[in-house]
Amino acid sequence: MVLVANTLRGLKALAVLGLVLLVAACAQTGPDGLNGQNNATPGSGQDFIVNVGDRVFFEEDQSTLTSQAQGVLDLQAQWLNRYSQYTITVEGHADERGTRQYNIALGARRAQAARDYLVSRGVAANRVKTISYGKERPVAVCNDNSCWSQNRRGVTVLDNATN
Amino acid sequence: MMMVRYLRHLLFGLGTLLLALRPAYALVEIDVRGGNVEPLPIALPSFSAEGGDARVAQEMTQVIAADLKRSGLFNPLDPASFIQQNMGVNTTPRFGDWRVISAQALVTGTVTAQPDGRLRAEFRLWDVFASEQLLGQQFFTTPENWRRLSHIIADAIYERLTGEKGYFDTRIVYVDETGPKDKRVKRLAIMDQDGANVRYLTRGDDLVLTPRFSPTTQEITYMSYAGSEPSVYLLNIETGQREIVGNFPGMTFAPRFSPTGQQVVMSLQQGGNANIFTMDLRSRSTTRLTNSAAIDTSPSYSPDGSQIVFESDRGGTQQLYVMNADGSNQQRISFGPGRYSTPVWSPRGDLIAFTKQHQGRFMIGVMKPDGKGERILTEGYHNEGPAWSPNGRVLVFFRDTPGANGGPQVWTVDLTGYNEQRLVTPAFASDPSWSPLID
Repeated sequence: MVLVANTLRGLKALAVLGLVLLVAACAQTGPDGLNGQNNATPGSGQDFIVNVGDRVFFEEDQSTLTSQAQGVLDLQAQWLNRYSQYTITVEGHADERGTRQYNIALGARRAQAARDYLVSRGVAANRVKTISYGKERPVAVCNDNSCWSQNRRGVTVLDNATN
Repeated sequence: MMMVRYLRHLLFGLGTLLLALRPAYALVEIDVRGGNVEPLPIALPSFSAEGGDARVAQEMTQVIAADLKRSGLFNPLDPASFIQQNMGVNTTPRFGDWRVISAQALVTGTVTAQPDGRLRAEFRLWDVFASEQLLGQQFFTTPENWRRLSHIIADAIYERLTGEKGYFDTRIVYVDETGPKDKRVKRLAIMDQDGANVRYLTRGDDLVLTPRFSPTTQEITYMSYAGSEPSVYLLNIETGQREIVGNFPGMTFAPRFSPTGQQVVMSLQQGGNANIFTMDLRSRSTTRLTNSAAIDTSPSYSPDGSQIVFESDRGGTQQLYVMNADGSNQQRISFGPGRYSTPVWSPRGDLIAFTKQHQGRFMIGVMKPDGKGERILTEGYHNEGPAWSPNGRVLVFFRDTPGANGGPQVWTVDLTGYNEQRLVTPAFASDPSWSPLID
């Protein structure tokens, strides 16, 4: 349940972001990307973040990919297979409710899980690096699971994106 | 620094010869074996100053008193209650005056400016009820070393009255944290054990974590994100020289020195698993100690170097394991409810301190190396990462506070579980590690 709620919250955040971008661009309909929801240039870093989704979320102390996470990674793999000029770094992160060293390893495990999934979907292994930040780089700083669940994440970063 | 160290050895014998009357039968002593010790009332009238700066003499006395007080074993009495005034090292105490205010021990001292610019500090420790001198020493040092000399004197008093080595002439390395929670800047910092003399060892350009002191050299080992891959580094505190430890094919983390300072033991990330390796700093050879499909991390040597305690989730959750230093005979030792992590072996060898998570609470505890006798020393929202004082009596750890404006602070607690105190730092602070006793 918690995970569903989190995912919904994440989607809501993305939807809001998309909306803001739409408004900022005077609701122009951009060139048809994968989804064609906004004016992000297809194949751009913004396109990846807004239209594909750059992150997946994990359950507490887990590194197995949920079906939602697999769905996001499927989209990422399609996009990366289309735009093969990119190399990527998959960042693994943990929430703050663990000890530092373990969380570094847990983040690495999560990054590895996402990386392995992308590779299984056709992304060349030599395009993918991983790094773990443990609990050192939270994106949400409140004191309950609504934040911790956003911090338990794997983020796919385009190494050579221009925007 | 060297001068103090040298003179301390030279003058220890001499000072004792000159000043001590005889090996006294100590009425005044502290039994530190039990818990909840009643702090010993001790009087520390301001040291007198001869030909020098009276303020330094006064401040030295205050630093000594603060050290003793923070140990939880001493109760420095309010100077306003003192009857006998203007005490120097050669003043004969009127013991009755000190008994009246219930002082059990008395420290007198004098700081003298030498013609060559150095300071001479002499002190005597008195047993008030036996009307006897217990200790007398003198030291020479440069004026800027007055704080360090104060800690050395506090150690001498502590050792004489408790029978254990002191830990005041030591330092703590830690991670200084500034900036908002989602954009923290982390720097390696070092301070005296009482929080004075904070100095920064890195600039904050790179994320740095888990610094640990060498037991034998002025070096620390830590994890840094400076290079292309997060790795374990060595840093020489005095020269600032820095190097990566080993040439491992992956991220290395959770380093700690062996008791000889010759090896660094750490985790190497391999895919989804972390395993424990050692590297010999002289030969540069590396040895794998664990090989599990799990997270094996936070290794810490026993003080005799024969065993290593570490945490592993090989059984499903984080638990503590002990193995021989060559990796053989890996045995789980923690069996209580909850998750156990960050084990660290006491320098006395008799206990292992750890972080424990249970039902959303984070605790600092100790257990024997066979896993028996678990005791929780402190618990709360988030306590993490204990490290031992060099005499094995005090644990330093960090305590995080929740929310956007929360952050970690450094605390100490006695291994009895009493005397919990915050160690004040200029900013948020985490991952404290104690230096060995300098001698």
